[in-house]
Amino acid sequence: MSERQLRARVTQVVAEVIATRRVGAYQHLTLVAPGVAELARPGQFVALAVGGETSGTLLRRSFSIHKVSPSGTYGGTVEIVVSAVGTGTRWIVDRAPHDTIDVVGPLGKAFPLPTDPVACVLVGGGYGSAPLFWLAAELRERGCHVEMVLGAASEDRLFGVVEARRSCDGVTVTTDDGSAGQQGWVSDPLPEIIERTKAGVVYGCGPMGMLESITRVAQAHGAVAQVAVEESMACGVGVCMTCVMPVVGADGRTRMARSCVEGPVFRGDRVRWDSFDGGHARVPDDAVGAPKVGGH
Amino acid sequence: MVDLSVDLGGGHRLPNPLMTASGCAANGRELHRFFDVADLGAFVTKSVMADPRSGRGTPRMAETPSGMLNSIGLQGPGIEAFVDEDLPWLQSVGARVLPSIAGSSSTEYAHVAATLRASRAFDAVIGVEVNISCPNVANRGLVFACDPLASAKVIALVREQLPRDIPVFAKLSPDVTDITAIAAACVKAGADGLTMINTLLGMVIDTDRMRPQLGGVTGGLSGPGIRPVAVRAIWQVRQAMFEGRIRTVPIIGVGGVRTGRDALELVAAGASAIQVGTAVFNDPSAPVRVLRELCELLDAKGFERFTDAVAVAHGR
Repeated sequence: MSERQLRARVTQVVAEVIATRRVGAYQHLTLVAPGVAELARPGQFVALAVGGETSGTLLRRSFSIHKVSPSGTYGGTVEIVVSAVGTGTRWIVDRAPHDTIDVVGPLGKAFPLPTDPVACVLVGGGYGSAPLFWLAAELRERGCHVEMVLGAASEDRLFGVVEARRSCDGVTVTTDDGSAGQQGWVSDPLPEIIERTKAGVVYGCGPMGMLESITRVAQAHGAVAQVAVEESMACGVGVCMTCVMPVVGADGRTRMARSCVEGPVFRGDRVRWDSFDGGHARVPDDAVGAPKVGGH
Repeated sequence: MVDLSVDLGGGHRLPNPLMTASGCAANGRELHRFFDVADLGAFVTKSVMADPRSGRGTPRMAETPSGMLNSIGLQGPGIEAFVDEDLPWLQSVGARVLPSIAGSSSTEYAHVAATLRASRAFDAVIGVEVNISCPNVANRGLVFACDPLASAKVIALVREQLPRDIPVFAKLSPDVTDITAIAAACVKAGADGLTMINTLLGMVIDTDRMRPQLGGVTGGLSGPGIRPVAVRAIWQVRQAMFEGRIRTVPIIGVGGVRTGRDALELVAAGASAIQVGTAVFNDPSAPVRVLRELCELLDAKGFERFTDAVAVAHGR
């Protein structure tokens, strides 16, 4: 790693796939990515190029980091969990051991950790739970009581239930169809858990609708929500301006913030959930530089 | 070793012809984590307007074959914040800066140019690129770049605001019937150079939801898929210069450059400098990689000077 990259705390490497395995509906990949593992913190993500140097699929795909091993047998490794939903993610899950993938990372802001050993609830929707086990370990090292809520549409779309039981003080599972755990949403058992554990922080990672509801529940029960958002990104490094969403800044004013560099972790009560509607995020009228009558 | 230096006017000799492309590199700090932005011939900043702008809602992006469609809506901090924060930072790291300016009226462009000129870090500026692919509020939103008179008016007003040693580049849209007519109007109005090309207007429909994929409905198409359009536009305008229909001024080539070979293609068509845009999203160090590849290619082909390769494909 160059001195610049150390200072920048980000690197770009051609990573070798050393392991890939199916986990329910997802694919779990282990990549040898020297430099990335050493710098990464829970909540950060990596951006993977698709299809090699001449690929017609130009945009990187971003994945939150599931796990890092800075000093493994093969050098630093980074693990990610991928759901194959389009051409890019299908290419990534089709990589075999010893294939290479161009990786940029770690990127984005990590989950802030409490200075005192307060109880925390970690909520993951589907494979959004990927970064939470690593976070749970760090929180418990600090003496925090950690409980986890994992939810998904169905049992095969849950990720990490066994690992959660190993890494947390309590685990609750919900599925929409009742195929595992209790039937319902992650927000259903959340009030009881926050109240019982007197949790100070609720960490969330998953679809936007879920993050909105856990923010609402956390607020109603006196906890702070820290949520890692999902927005489609073209670059992941802060230059394309596509992954923006309306977020209230420290000065109380709303701006279209880049989820790749100013996020992906935002304080839940700072996100303007009122602006999201069916896959669109509109610019709130009171945002800095919002379009005047007649539009941009 | 190939001499890569190039003079684009105003006596600013650039060490090499590679630049970022406006809107594909933010204002420097983000890419400086991957390479030294002072290693570029010039750093081209995101188009800046008079006031802060939120840009459009999302989705702002759609992937296309070998490219992408974007509809950002010129999100930016406004010229005051740009000259207070972004430009001084670029100056502090030793970058040569080609700021891109925009407006929704010709007077807004002039105001932005005047503010830039009066700023404390103006020494870092080696030229100004005028993004004329903006809707002209006074003409029902028709983009300036599609109208030779409106383009000429903007260029003339911006030219008046800037010292003679700061060359003004008009960034042209390929979405016109005859790009040489717009190029001629801009040069006649005082443009010292041309940047070609801006994105092409496109649209993608999300067939799951059966609605336009972009929040802004239409967007700008960029990436390697549009490179032949850039080569054609540069070729036509350079040809018009050879024929004496347009005064000969430097052309900055931009559009779909991903490799040194791509850059050389635009150079051979008539470009005296090269911007790397969308390829940065794929490879954040693409501008310096393209420069290295271009240098190796020129060397392998026996060129002693980069400038000897400019427009070399004409008449062959």
